[in-house]
Amino acid sequence: MSDHHPTGITRWLYTTNHKDIGSMYLWFSFIMFLVGGAMAMVIRAELYQPGLQFVDPGFFNQMTTMHGLIMVFGAVMPSMVGLANWLIPMMIGAPDMALPRMNNWSFWILPFAFTLLLSSLFMEGGAPNFGWTFYAPLSTTYGPPSTDFFILGVHMMGISSIMGAINVIVTVFNMRAPGMTLMKMPMFVWTWFITAFLLIMVMPVLAGVVTMMLTDRHFGTSFFDAAGGGDPVMFQHIFWFFGHPEVYIMILPAFGVVSEIIPAFSRKKLFGYSSMVYATASIALLSFIVWAHHMFTVGMPVAGELFFMIATMLIAVPTGVKVFNWVATMWQGSLTFETPMLFSIAFVILFTIGGFSGVMLAMAPVDFQYHDTYFVVAHFHYVLFPGAIFGTTAAVYYWLPKWTGKMYNEKVGKIHFWLSMIFVNLTFFPMHFSGLAGMPRRIPDYNMMFADFNMWASIGAFGLGLTQVFFLVTIIMAIRGGKKAEEKQWDGATGLEWDALPSPAPYHTFSTPPKVD
Amino acid sequence: MAIRRKLIAGITSLLSVMLSGVVQAASKLNMRPGVTETSLEAYDLHMMVIWVMVGISVVVFGAMFYSFIKHRKSKNPTPAKFSHSTKMEIIWTAIPILILIYLTIPSVKLLIKMEDASNPEMSIQVTGSQWKWHYKYLDQDIEFFSNLDRSIKTDDPLYLLAVDNELVIPINTKVRFLVTAEDVIHSWWVPDLAVKKDAIPGFINETWTNVPTPGTYRGQCTELCGKDHGFMPVVVKAVSKADFKKWVAGKDAERMVAEKAAAAAAAASWDMDKLMALGKETYDLKCASCHKVDGTGIAGAFPALKDSAVAVGPVETHMSIVVNGTSKGMQAFGKQLTDAELAAVITYERNAWGNNAGDKVTPADIQAFKAGN
Repeated sequence: MSDHHPTGITRWLYTTNHKDIGSMYLWFSFIMFLVGGAMAMVIRAELYQPGLQFVDPGFFNQMTTMHGLIMVFGAVMPSMVGLANWLIPMMIGAPDMALPRMNNWSFWILPFAFTLLLSSLFMEGGAPNFGWTFYAPLSTTYGPPSTDFFILGVHMMGISSIMGAINVIVTVFNMRAPGMTLMKMPMFVWTWFITAFLLIMVMPVLAGVVTMMLTDRHFGTSFFDAAGGGDPVMFQHIFWFFGHPEVYIMILPAFGVVSEIIPAFSRKKLFGYSSMVYATASIALLSFIVWAHHMFTVGMPVAGELFFMIATMLIAVPTGVKVFNWVATMWQGSLTFETPMLFSIAFVILFTIGGFSGVMLAMAPVDFQYHDTYFVVAHFHYVLFPGAIFGTTAAVYYWLPKWTGKMYNEKVGKIHFWLSMIFVNLTFFPMHFSGLAGMPRRIPDYNMMFADFNMWASIGAFGLGLTQVFFLVTIIMAIRGGKKAEEKQWDGATGLEWDALPSPAPYHTFSTPPKVD
Repeated sequence: MAIRRKLIAGITSLLSVMLSGVVQAASKLNMRPGVTETSLEAYDLHMMVIWVMVGISVVVFGAMFYSFIKHRKSKNPTPAKFSHSTKMEIIWTAIPILILIYLTIPSVKLLIKMEDASNPEMSIQVTGSQWKWHYKYLDQDIEFFSNLDRSIKTDDPLYLLAVDNELVIPINTKVRFLVTAEDVIHSWWVPDLAVKKDAIPGFINETWTNVPTPGTYRGQCTELCGKDHGFMPVVVKAVSKADFKKWVAGKDAERMVAEKAAAAAAAASWDMDKLMALGKETYDLKCASCHKVDGTGIAGAFPALKDSAVAVGPVETHMSIVVNGTSKGMQAFGKQLTDAELAAVITYERNAWGNNAGDKVTPADIQAFKAGN
C-alpha cells in the first residue's frame, strides 16, 4: 500500500510527504512566476515607446520593485526548494525529508508571506517602490507605509527558506542509503547541499537588515541615517552580503539540474564529477567575499575596490570549470535533443553569456560606465531567466514522467523551447545595447535614442510572457492526457530515481533503503 | 593606441552592422568612447574585454556546436567512455587565470587613475535632491539648481536630457566634484566623461574630470531615488577657459540683479491677489508633482494640503516646513525659491482649494523668519 494517501484539502494542508510538498512548492512558484511576469508586462508596456502612456512613475517603481521581489523570493527560490523536495530523497534513497513537519510549515508560510507582500499593492501609498534592493534611506525615511508589510513578508519567507535549508542539510547528512557516500551523490544533491549552507549563512543577514530598517522607521534608531550617526552605505554592505550569495542560491541548484540532464542525453558520464563538486563549493565560498562589486560607485577606498574587483573576477575560474566540464560531457557522447536537453544546452550557452557580462561588470573602471544601466539588467536577466528558470523548466520536463507517470508531448515541448529561446534573447539581448548607449535602469520614460532597443525588448517580453502560459498548458495536457511514461523514460538517465523506482514514483518510496554499490 | 582604437572601432562597427542588419546605425550598438582620457581608456578596456569574451565564445560554443553535429546519436551511436582528465582540467583552470591576469592589470591601473582626485584646479559641490541637482562652485561665489527642462517634447533628441541651468566647466582643467545628497541616494553620471559617483546623504564622495574638448555632455541620475528618478538629467557644458571667465562674470551680474529684485520684492506691497497669482504659478511648478494640483496629495506618500492642519494652522509651522523641510521627506525650499515665491506659495496653500486661513505671508515675513532661524 505504498500509494495510499489522504484525500481532499487536508491532504495538502497537513501533508508531511516530500512529494506533495514538492508539488505545492512548484505550483506556488509557477503562480508567483505568472504574477511577477504580469508585472513585467506592465513595465514593458510602459517602456514600449518614449513618453508616459499607461502608468505614472510612482506606480512604475512599485512594479519594478514587486516584479523583482516576487521573481526572486516567490518564483525562483521556491521552485528550487520544490525540486529539492521531490528529488533529494529519491536521489539519495531516503523515504522522505528528515524533518517532514517542519517541511510542511516551511511551505505553508509562503502563501501568507506573499499575501502580505501583495496586499501592499492595495494600501494607501501603494506597494514598496524602492527597488527590490530597497536601499536606505529611500526605503526607510522615504518608504511608503506598506514597507512594514514588506518587512514582515521578508521575515516570513526568510524563516521558510532557513527551515527548508536546514531540512536539506539534515536529510543529506543523515538519510543517505547505505553505500551512498557523499562523493557518490548526484550533482543535483551536491549543488543543493551547498546552496543550503549559503541559505543558512545569509538569510539571517537579510532578516537583520530588514529589522534594522524597521527600527530605523519606527523605534528611533539611526543605523542608516547619517543625521543620527549611521550610514546609508552600511545598508548596502549588509544587503549585498546577503544579496551576492543569494544570486548563487538561485543558480547553483540549476547547475545541478543540467549536470543531471546533459549526461543523460549525451549517454555519457558527467565529466569531472569531483571537480564539479569542488567548483561549486569554491563558487559558494567566493560568494562571501565579493559583495561590494555591486557598490563600486558608492565611494569605497580604492584598496577596497581593487580587492572586490579581483575577488569577483576569480569567480570566473570555477564557473569556467563547470562550463568546460559540461562541454566535455557532451564531447564524443551520443547526443539526442529532447526538450530537457534543449533547455539545458540553452542554459549553458546563455548562462555563459551572462557570465561574460559578469566579468565585464566585475572590472571596476568599466563598471563605472555599466553600473545601474540596462547593461546590468541584461546581465542578471541572462543568468536568471535562461539560467535559473530554464534550469527549472528543464528539470520539470526531465522528471515529469517520474513524478506523474505521464509523458509530455515532445513536439509541443520543443515548440515551447524554441519560442522561449527566441523571445528570451529578443527581450534581453537588446538591453545590453540600451545600457551601453547610456540608459539607466528603473526609469519609466526615456530618450528617443533608446527607443528601438526598448521596442524590441517589449515585443520579446510579450512573446516570452505568452510562451510561459503555453508552458502551463503543455504541463496540464501532459498530466491530464499524456502517454504513460516508462520506468526509465530516458535511456541515458542514471540515479536511484530512475533505476530503483517505477513511474510514477509511489507516494511512499524507499521505506527500506536501496543498496548502492 | 589611437590606431588600435580606430581599428577596433572599425571592426566593431562592421560587426555591428552585420549583427543589426538595416535596423540600427552601427554606433548605437556600442558604448560611446566619450571625450576624456579616462573615458577613452575605459572604452579601450571595454573593447578589450569584449573581444576576449568573443574569443572565448568562439572556442567554447564552437566546441559545443561541433559536438552537436558530429556527436549526435545518429552520427555517433556509441558514446565514448571517458569521464575524467586531470590534464585537461588543469589546462582549463590555468588558461582562465591567465586571461584574468591579462584583464586585471589594465583594470587596476585605470582604476587607480580614475580614483585619484588629488590636486584639482577647481572644485564643485554636486548635491542631489528629489529630483534635481544643485551645483555650488567652491572657488567662485556661484550656486544654482539644475532642473529638468520640461518644455521639451518626447520626439526631441534632447527629451529628458536637457536642464534649465547647465553645469559649466572650463576645458583642460582638473575639476573635482564633491558629490553628496540632501535626501536619498542619487548618482551623478556623465557617460562621455566616464564619471559616475553616488550622491549619499550625509557623506561626501569625490570624483573628477578633465575635459579636453568643448561641448555639452549629457547624462542622468543612475540610482533609484523615488518617483521622478527618470527625470533628473545631468548636463555638463565644457567651455574654453576664456568663455568660462565670461560666464562667471555673467553669473555675478545675475546675482546682483537677483539680490536687488529680492530687496525690491520685500519692500513692495503685496496684496492678496498678487500673492495668490504668484503662489499658484510657483505651486504648480514646484509642489504639484507631489502634493497634486488640487492639493490632495498622494495618500500614504505625500500629505494632502487641502484641509490640512499645517496649511490652516499656525503660520510659523507652515513657513518652517516649506523653508527648512522635514525629516520625513519634505524638501527644504528656502534656497530653491526667492523670498517672494516662498511667501506667495505659502499664502496660496493657506487660501486655495477651500483652505480658509485667511492670512497672507509677505516676503518681509519670510525674511524675518529666515533671520530668526
